Amino acid sequence: MQILCLGLSHRSAPVDVREQFAVPEAELTTALAALKEMPGIAETVIVSTCNRVEFYAAASDPERAMCSLLQFATERSGVVPTVPEPFFAHDGTASIQHLFRVVSGLESMVIGETEILGQVKKAYAAAAAAGSTSRNLNKFFQRAFNVAKEVRTQTSITRGPVSVGSVTVDLAEKIFGKLSSCHVMILGAGETSELTARALLSRGVKTLFVANRTHERAVALAAEMGGEAIHFEECDSRYHEMDILISSTAAPHYVVTHEKIAPVMSRRPSRPLFLIDLAVPRDIEPSVNDVEGAYLYDIDSLRAIAQQGMEVRKQEVLHCEQIIARHIDEFHQWLGASRPEAPACQIPVIDP
Amino acid sequence: MDRLPLIISTLCFLFGFAATVASLKAGHFRPRRFNLAMMGAGFLLQTVFLVTRGKAIGHCPLTNLFEALIFLSWAITLFYLLIGPVYRLSLLGMFTEPLVFLIQVVALLAPVDAGHPVVFPPHSPWLEFHAAVSVIAYGAFAMAGVAGIMYLAQERQLKTRRLGVIFFQMPPITDLATTNVRLLWVGWLLLTLGQVSAAAIRVRVGLGVLVWGGAMWLSYLLLLLACRRLGPRRVGIFSVALFALSVIALCVLNHFSKGVM
Repeated sequence: MQILCLGLSHRSAPVDVREQFAVPEAELTTALAALKEMPGIAETVIVSTCNRVEFYAAASDPERAMCSLLQFATERSGVVPTVPEPFFAHDGTASIQHLFRVVSGLESMVIGETEILGQVKKAYAAAAAAGSTSRNLNKFFQRAFNVAKEVRTQTSITRGPVSVGSVTVDLAEKIFGKLSSCHVMILGAGETSELTARALLSRGVKTLFVANRTHERAVALAAEMGGEAIHFEECDSRYHEMDILISSTAAPHYVVTHEKIAPVMSRRPSRPLFLIDLAVPRDIEPSVNDVEGAYLYDIDSLRAIAQQGMEVRKQEVLHCEQIIARHIDEFHQWLGASRPEAPACQIPVIDP
Repeated sequence: MDRLPLIISTLCFLFGFAATVASLKAGHFRPRRFNLAMMGAGFLLQTVFLVTRGKAIGHCPLTNLFEALIFLSWAITLFYLLIGPVYRLSLLGMFTEPLVFLIQVVALLAPVDAGHPVVFPPHSPWLEFHAAVSVIAYGAFAMAGVAGIMYLAQERQLKTRRLGVIFFQMPPITDLATTNVRLLWVGWLLLTLGQVSAAAIRVRVGLGVLVWGGAMWLSYLLLLLACRRLGPRRVGIFSVALFALSVIALCVLNHFSKGVM
């Protein structure tokens, strides 16, 4: 019995191609049943996310099974295959390695992201519930989840923020701990500040205030995000209530100055204030960072931290590969199979 | 020979600290495992030593500076084991271990275990209670100092925006500030209990001892009362400074306590 994988991902195909082969959740059970009926397929799992569509199979005749996988994918999508096709195909060790890398986040757009593990678990659960998995794929996917767990706990691949939004959230949590009691103010209803505020909202901040020169825009954004709109002129008198201040106005001068923040902080020496300046030119006077209890980060410093996090993750890839290699050997021993030959079915292989 | 458990316990703290530093450098730090095991083993061995010594001298082992320092190390480790897991203070062990290691090394190497200058009269449980509670109070102050150092380290990284290896492993600064103040309160209440018990049994001490003890008690009280106005950064600095003074005070008190009873 061998493990096979046919698929396409963000590395091998653009989104307009990927979406043609995607298997919506509603159609998953039917698709699994249909695929399992194809010649040579003994067991199967379909992983379909926004970044990848992958068909896994356990088969005793890998050549025949691989052809079936390709036929199923192309026929189901109705797309006439073109050369080069967007698919990658793996068998034996390569397919095992591929899934282990996928669940570990090594194949993800953002290295080390953990969302994919949940998506693969869901896909496997659906396949198991539909009765399309058995001994081999059950063991294969369970092993993959163990690999993901070990990689996550033994390495720093998932640690450290890698985007401006995640840096902001992580910094806020390192200042306040739980964000559920934090009050956030957005100055300037721009797209970047909105994204940052959404990241904070996802961590459960208590209240959100939105202020914009055009009050109607503030009202609209506040309504959209479940916050409260306040008049721009009112902001200065509300700083003392805030824990986090996100600023991204189009003002050509400093909107938040040392002169305004120093008295606020002297009134609340035990309560920190996290200021995030996403504007260019900057909205917040740099010397605000000198005020005790005030922590100011501009867009460059946030990006630098995100970059630093990404570098750390890249350095961890080798360590992850070592863990994966050990699990591949162990899984091979279990599978009791020798290293398989390449399938005869002619598929242009695009190395991820 | 009775020092063997103590020597092994000192090595436990050293290994725990070294392992944490090594894993931090490698980027694989995982709190609450090896670190916690080393602290737990160190604590057990400290306890074995103190019990053995206590049985040998027939009193609470607080009869000379050596024993007082080991008792202090034991109290610090006890507070770490109590508050570390409760407050999920990752890396607290990394800051606690070198402190305990240093105190024990000084105690083991310095000639401070000569004789037993403090003599507890027979059947004096309250006197021993007073001495033990007072040293345990300093254990709480030590941990407050450790929390203060961690706060200052974390605050500096946030201010300078240079987030080092330990930044994401450290607790939030607000948690550290809260822990710092709570430990100060615990220490102060225990110290008060020690002072009250001393007054109740009418322990007579020299003027120097009285002034030092009173000054430390009052200093911590003033710090606690001024916490809100000072802000967490200054409270952190004062916690560290006052603990350093406390250690000096402990040595001085121990020196002058000869013949107290």
